[in-house]
Amino acid sequence: MDVLQLFVSGLANGCVYGLIALGFVLIYKATEAVNFAQGDFMMLGAFICLGLTNPQFMDLPFWFSVPVAILIMGVFGYLVDMVVLRRMFGQSQVAVIILTIALGFVLRFAAGVIWGHEPISLRTPMAGEYVRFGGLVLGLSEVMVIIVTFLLTLVLYVYFNRTKLGVAMQAASQNQLAAYYMGIPVKRLHSLIWGLAGMVAAVAGILFASKGSIEPSIGLLGIKAFAAAVIGGFGSLPGALLGGIIVGLIEPFASYYIAAGYSQITPYLLLFLILVFRPHGILAQIHSKKV
Amino acid sequence: MKALLEIDNVTLRFGGVVAVNKVSFSVEEGEVFALVGPNGAGKSTLFNLVSRFYDPVEGDIRFAGESILDRRPHEIARLGIARTFQNIELFEQATVLQNLLVGRHRHRQGSFAGQILFTPFVRKEERRHREAVEKVIDFLDLQPYREKYIAGLPYGVRKVVELGRALAIEPRLLLLDEPASGLSVEETQDVAFWIEDIRKQMGITVLMVEHDMHLVSSVSDRVLALADGKMLSLGTPQEVQNDPAVIEAYIGTSDEHERVVA
Amino acid sequence: MRMIFKTSYDADINLFRDREQGFWYMTLLVLSLILPFLLDTFWLGEITNVLIWAIAGMGLMILVGQTGQASLGHAAFLAVGCYANVLLQDPVGLPFILSFPLAGLIAGLAGMLIALPMTRLHGVYLAIGTLAIAILTEDLIVIAEPLTSGVMGLVAPTINIFGLEFDRYGTPGRFYWLVLAIAILMVLAYRNILRTPLGRSFAAIRDSEVSARAMGVNVAWTKAISFGISSTITGLAGALMGHFAGIFNNETFNIIISIQLLLMIVIGGLGSIHGAFFGAIIVALMPQTIAILRDTAGSVFGGGSVAIPGLESAIFGAILILFILFEPMGIYGRWVKIRTYFQLFPFYRRDMFRRQKSYLKTERMR
Repeated sequence: MDVLQLFVSGLANGCVYGLIALGFVLIYKATEAVNFAQGDFMMLGAFICLGLTNPQFMDLPFWFSVPVAILIMGVFGYLVDMVVLRRMFGQSQVAVIILTIALGFVLRFAAGVIWGHEPISLRTPMAGEYVRFGGLVLGLSEVMVIIVTFLLTLVLYVYFNRTKLGVAMQAASQNQLAAYYMGIPVKRLHSLIWGLAGMVAAVAGILFASKGSIEPSIGLLGIKAFAAAVIGGFGSLPGALLGGIIVGLIEPFASYYIAAGYSQITPYLLLFLILVFRPHGILAQIHSKKV
Repeated sequence: MKALLEIDNVTLRFGGVVAVNKVSFSVEEGEVFALVGPNGAGKSTLFNLVSRFYDPVEGDIRFAGESILDRRPHEIARLGIARTFQNIELFEQATVLQNLLVGRHRHRQGSFAGQILFTPFVRKEERRHREAVEKVIDFLDLQPYREKYIAGLPYGVRKVVELGRALAIEPRLLLLDEPASGLSVEETQDVAFWIEDIRKQMGITVLMVEHDMHLVSSVSDRVLALADGKMLSLGTPQEVQNDPAVIEAYIGTSDEHERVVA
Repeated sequence: MRMIFKTSYDADINLFRDREQGFWYMTLLVLSLILPFLLDTFWLGEITNVLIWAIAGMGLMILVGQTGQASLGHAAFLAVGCYANVLLQDPVGLPFILSFPLAGLIAGLAGMLIALPMTRLHGVYLAIGTLAIAILTEDLIVIAEPLTSGVMGLVAPTINIFGLEFDRYGTPGRFYWLVLAIAILMVLAYRNILRTPLGRSFAAIRDSEVSARAMGVNVAWTKAISFGISSTITGLAGALMGHFAGIFNNETFNIIISIQLLLMIVIGGLGSIHGAFFGAIIVALMPQTIAILRDTAGSVFGGGSVAIPGLESAIFGAILILFILFEPMGIYGRWVKIRTYFQLFPFYRRDMFRRQKSYLKTERMR
C-alpha cells in the first residue's frame, strides 16, 4: 500500500474520531458535563439514517434520510439534556460520567433490538465509486468524509463567532452565572448544546457508516474519540479535531510498520504519555482552581 | 520580640499583572497583624504565597528565621502555620469532629500497617487526638454541632469550624482570611474575643486579612495597608487609618470607604 | 429511637456504635457461617460470587467513595491479581497461602506505580487515564502470550492450604468459608482505615484538595496510597475470581467489567461498606434473576427462552440511571431512610433527608 493512501484513509478515520471528540468538547465546554455516550450517539445517528434509507428497512432516498437523521439526533440530544441531565444539576462530574455510561448501555441495547447485531453498511450513492488523482486511487466515501468534516468545522466556526446564539453559547461556557445575569437562558442553552452535539454525532455516524459497516457496539469507538479529545486538549474545539486526526493517522501507520498485537494500543499509549507529561492536552485551555 | 514570619521584598506576577509588588514586612512572635486594602490589593495572594500555593518571582519568605521557599505546600502545616480560607474550604461530606481531626494530621504517629490493623498504640493516639480536638470544641462552643455534617451547617457555624480546624493543628502562626466576612455583629464580636484568647492563652501569632476596620482596630497590634499589590502604609491601626495615602486609595475605589471611616 | 450518650472517646472509635448494633452484626455473622448447611451447591456458589464482587467493590470504594478519585479501569487490577496468583502457583510453585497475599501486593504496587504519574489528574482526565490503563492491560495480556497464553487463557489450580482442598465444585462449603473469611478481613481493614488519620486524609482529598494540603496532607502521595490499597483489595478479589471461574483469559477482565464495577458501587451507595455489598448482590445475582424471569415469561407466554444480547447491561444501566436521578446515595441511602422510618415511627418526615442543593464545583476559573 502506498503511504499516501494510508495517509488518506487514516485522515478519513481521524475526521470521524475528531467529530465525535468535537461533540464531547462542545458539551464539556458549555456545561462541564462529560458525555461518555457520545460514541453511542454516533452509533444511533448512523443507524437512524441507515434505517431510513437502506432497502431492507424503509428504503427512502439517501438525500432525504440524511437531514432527517441529523434532525432526529438533534431533538434526541435536546431531550436527553432536558429530561435527564437537567435533573443532575449540582451533582458531581463523576456522577454525570457514570450516568452517561449507563445511558450508552441502554442505547446500545435498544439499537440491537431494533436493527439487530449483524454488521450492516449504509447504502449511499458514493459506495464503490473512486476518484483518481494522477496515479492515486481513492475511495469517494473517504474523500467525502474529509470534505464534509472540513465544511462542518467551517460552519461551526462561523456559528460560534458570527451568530447571536453561538456567541451566547460561548458566553455561557465562559461564565455561567454572569451569562445567567445577562438574561441568557442558560438551561435552554445547555439543551441546545446537547442537541448540537447530537447533530454532530449523527454526521459523524453517517460518515462512518458510509465507508464501512456498523453494529450497535461501534459506539465503543467513542473511547478512542475520547482519547483523541484528551490528546488534543479537552477544552479546545480545534484541539479535539487535531487529536482525532492524530489518532486516526497513527493507527494505519502503526499497523503497517509495527507488529499486529502492538499497533492497536498505540493511541492509548500516546494518550497515557500525554496525560503524564502534558495533562491538559496539546492545545491546553484549562486553568487551575483559585482559592 | 523576634520576627516569626518575614516577607522580604516579594513580587508575584500573573502574566502581565503584578499581583504583589516588592512587599516587605515582618510579623513579630505573639502579635496580631492585619492586612487591609481594597479587593484585588493582593492580600489573599500573600496568604497563598505563604501557603506555598504560588511561587514568588523574586524575594524571600522566612518562617522562624528559615526560608520556606523550598518547602512544598503540605509541609507548611508541619512547620506550624495554619490557615483559613476566604470562601470556606471545609470537608463537606464529613462531620465537624472529622474535620477537626484532619487538622491533627501533622501530629499523627503510627505506621501504615499499624493503622490498618488498628493496634492498641493507634487507639491510644486516636484518644489523644480526640482529647485535643475536644479542647478546641469547648473553646469555640461547637458542642451542639460535633456530629453534624458540614453540608447542612449554616454559614456562621462553618466559619467557626474552619477556625477550629486551623486551631487543631496547634500552630505557631495562624493565617485568617477574612474571619468576619458575612458574619453578624454578635458573631463578629465572638471572633474578636477568640482572636484575643488565641493570642493570649494559646500564644499563637495571628496574621489576618480583614475588611471590617472595627474588628481590625480592636484586635490588631499593627496593620499593613495594600493597594494594587503595593505597600501603602504600615503602623498601628490608628496611624494607618489616618494615613492620607490610605484614605485616597479607598476613596479611589468606591464602596470600601465608609468602612475605613466608620 | 434510642439516644446514644457518649461517655468516652472510645465510643467514637469502636467498631460498633452500641451493643444493639454489635448484636445484629454478630447475628449476621453467625447466619453467614451456617449458610453452607442451608443452601444447595448452586446458590452457595452464587453467594460466593456475591462475596467476591463485594471484595472487589470495597477495593474500588476506597478509591471512589472515600478518596473521590474515579477509576474506569479497575478490571486491570482484577486481572493483575488473578494472573499473578495463578502464575505464582503454577510455574513458580508457591502455595496459595503465599501466592494469594503476594498477588495482592503485586496488584497494589502496580496500582501505586500507575497512580504516581496520574495524581495530578482530576475528574475526567483521571477517568479517561484509568480507562486507557484497562484497555492497555487487556491488550498486554494478549501480547504477553508466553506467560499468559493469551486468548487461550489459563486454568486456576485447586486451592490447597496445608493439605486441605478448597474447590468451588468439589468442596463448595469450604471455598465459601475461605471467601467469607477474606471478605471479613477486608471489611475490618476497611473499617480500620476509616477510623484512623489515613481514612480522614482520604476524605479530606475527596472534599477539598486545597484544604487538605493546607492541613499538611501530602495530596499526591496520599492519592497514590489510596490507589495502592484499592488495587491491592481489588487484586485479591481478582485472584479469588480466577479460582471461582476456574478458567480465564483477557476477555474475563475486559473494559465492560471495569465499568460494571464502578456502576455497581454507585448503585450500592458511594462511600459506605454496605454499598459495596448491596451493589455486589445486584451485579452477581442479576444474570440469574434475568434467566429465571425469562424462563417464567417463556413458560407463561409460550415460546423459547431466547438470550437477548446486551439485555443485562441495559437493565443494569437503566437501574443506575434511575438511582442517580432519584436516589443518588444508592441502595444504602434508601436503606438508611427505611431504617430511620421504623426507628422514628410514626414521626418520620419526608424532607428529613432532603439534600442540600450544592452547585457544581467547577474546576475551571477564568
